[in-house]
Amino acid sequence: MIELNYFLLLSGILFSIGVTGVLIRRNAIIIFMSIELMLNSINLSLVAFSSFLGNITGQIFVFFVMTVAAAEAAVGLAIVISLYRNKETVNIDEINILKW
Amino acid sequence: MANYFYLIPLLPLIGFLINGLFGKKINSEKISGILASLLVFIPFVLTIISFVEMLGLEPESRKIGITYFNWILTGNLGINYAFTVDPLSLVMLLIVLGVGFLIHVYSIGYMHNDKEYSKFFAYMNLFIFAMLNLVLADNFLLLFLGWEGVGLCSYLLIGFWYEKKFTGDAAKKAFIINRIGDFGFLIAMFLVFANFGTLEISKFLGNIANLPLNNSLLIAISLLFFLGATGKSAQIPLFVWLPDAMAGPTPVSALIHAATMVTAGVYFIARCSVLYVLSPISTNIVLFIGIFTAIFAATIAIKQNDIKKILAYSTISQLGFMFIALGTFSYAVAIFHLITHAFFKALMFLGSGSVIHSMQDEQDITKMGALKTKMKTTFITFFIGALAISGIPPLSGFFSKDEILYKTFINAGILPYVIVLLTAGLTAFYMFRLIALTFYGKPRYDEKTIHPHESPKVMIIPLIILAVLAVIGGFIGFPHYLGLPNLLDEWLEPVFKNANNLLAVSKPATEHSIGIEILLVFVSVAIAVSAIIFSFRKYSQQEKFKTAKGFGKLVENKYYVDEAYDLVVVNPVQKTSDKFLWKIFDMKIIDGAVNGIAVYLSKLSFDWRKLQTGIVQDYATLTIAGIILIILYMVFM
Repeated sequence: MIELNYFLLLSGILFSIGVTGVLIRRNAIIIFMSIELMLNSINLSLVAFSSFLGNITGQIFVFFVMTVAAAEAAVGLAIVISLYRNKETVNIDEINILKW
Repeated sequence: MANYFYLIPLLPLIGFLINGLFGKKINSEKISGILASLLVFIPFVLTIISFVEMLGLEPESRKIGITYFNWILTGNLGINYAFTVDPLSLVMLLIVLGVGFLIHVYSIGYMHNDKEYSKFFAYMNLFIFAMLNLVLADNFLLLFLGWEGVGLCSYLLIGFWYEKKFTGDAAKKAFIINRIGDFGFLIAMFLVFANFGTLEISKFLGNIANLPLNNSLLIAISLLFFLGATGKSAQIPLFVWLPDAMAGPTPVSALIHAATMVTAGVYFIARCSVLYVLSPISTNIVLFIGIFTAIFAATIAIKQNDIKKILAYSTISQLGFMFIALGTFSYAVAIFHLITHAFFKALMFLGSGSVIHSMQDEQDITKMGALKTKMKTTFITFFIGALAISGIPPLSGFFSKDEILYKTFINAGILPYVIVLLTAGLTAFYMFRLIALTFYGKPRYDEKTIHPHESPKVMIIPLIILAVLAVIGGFIGFPHYLGLPNLLDEWLEPVFKNANNLLAVSKPATEHSIGIEILLVFVSVAIAVSAIIFSFRKYSQQEKFKTAKGFGKLVENKYYVDEAYDLVVVNPVQKTSDKFLWKIFDMKIIDGAVNGIAVYLSKLSFDWRKLQTGIVQDYATLTIAGIILIILYMVFM
């Protein structure tokens, strides 16, 4: 049987990739996808714990996360579309009016 | 009494509000003046009614406390807006309102055609209100409220003709010098509260009655209170403001700077008589200051040429007499002189106002002369006032001044007596110098441009009433050798009973034969009469005036007291204020600190705001960096 540590390691690697993606990519869609990656890495660790501890709570959390992620994807994509319509770009370096 | 007594201080306050707020709208000299006078006259009548009511009471129960409302209530400090109505405060009420009313009436004529007529009457009514608070207060704080109130009105009225710079300067001088005295008064009040836990005058005096003589705390309190009194009553070393205060309109000089406000210090010490009986050291200082001020001011008065300045120095000198009486534990005598002085000095000030009025604002007596025939009533009333202040029997000044001389003789000794006697002679001398130069001799003014004339009736009638009072005012206090009742002594007896009882223990009265007393009377009358004759001979035909030399010059320049104060106090203060406090401390240190902090912060924030790039990823980077730091901290620490 595969040890818990491997799951957690994979989850951590995926999460770090997601964070890095959010921080260094400039395309809003890709940032969005990175966020999804982070969410799913968390899901992975949750189901891993659930399975290893024999406790169903973790899996229920995952359903909640998926639900929220679906809603978030809908809202997020809507924002990206409306951003593109206004600015004709999804490059967030050019979307920087929130400053002094 | 209690059911209408509140009207007495309230009516002048209403007068102040009406004339102060709507005076410009009313825009009628008649209404403003008559209203203001009426709102002093009604309280006067009410005071007479309560006076009669008080006469109906037993002497022991002639002390009524009236509490109106809780003024201040915090911690263990509780102060009521409360009055004490007793023989002393009633006497003061009668003086303030009676003389005050006459002066209000006089002002109707004197201030005629002044462009701020209603303002003048508003201030006058406010003054009466403040003075009533001072006189009636049952605690030190309310008394201090009145004390400051009269000081404020004095300031406002001295500087009434504010277009001229010197009136503003005089007003400021009066105000600032009084602050020094008030400082003493405040500290004394703090000491009273800290040590006795009350500010009620009668409670305080009751608490200290059992303390031993010359308790150091009581000496400190009494001396600090006396410092306040020297400021308000223009005694050495704080007298310099009063001569300058003559810059105000003459009715103001008569009301505030002769009859009422300047006697507040005398009233206060008489009110606290027990305190001063228990601190003989302070009383001796009061006596010394009184004698010194009396002779000092009297010598200055003989060489002044401004008619109002002479009267001002005379007032300082006469206030010195009152302090001499206080310094010899003769409180009733001090009040007696206060009353007679209020009559004859108000009379002479109003008389001088009448002269100034008809001479078209000329105040220099070397440029007057021969006004006797031109203004008969003014002359006669002024003459009566001068006789009264000189102590010619049977006018009022004679009785009160001789009482003071006698008390000085038996309580203070020969030397003080001689000095006071000399001062009395000087008083007669400078007063008749004034009369000789003003009313006798030949005219020294330009007869083509100035046509002296008698003042209108509204000004003359108060003069006549005051002249009558100056003649008969002394009859309330006959000396005992005449075998007539001394009404004032009997009336004030309950007020000074505690003080006199304490005095009888600490300082048994020495017996003196009536012969000596009568002898002293003859001496003082003889000196007064000869001073009058000498002065008359010397000045009634004088036509040329040269500047004096030697001692005369010293006196003419008022002993250079103002110059000395300038040199020692005013100039150093101004210089340090200007060179250090303003240009260095204020501009460099205070402004530098304030502006420096602001400039530094603005520079700092200019750099720090660059953190806000507007790029979401930068914010996210910082957030994650923060999280990583926290995790590292939690893992490794």
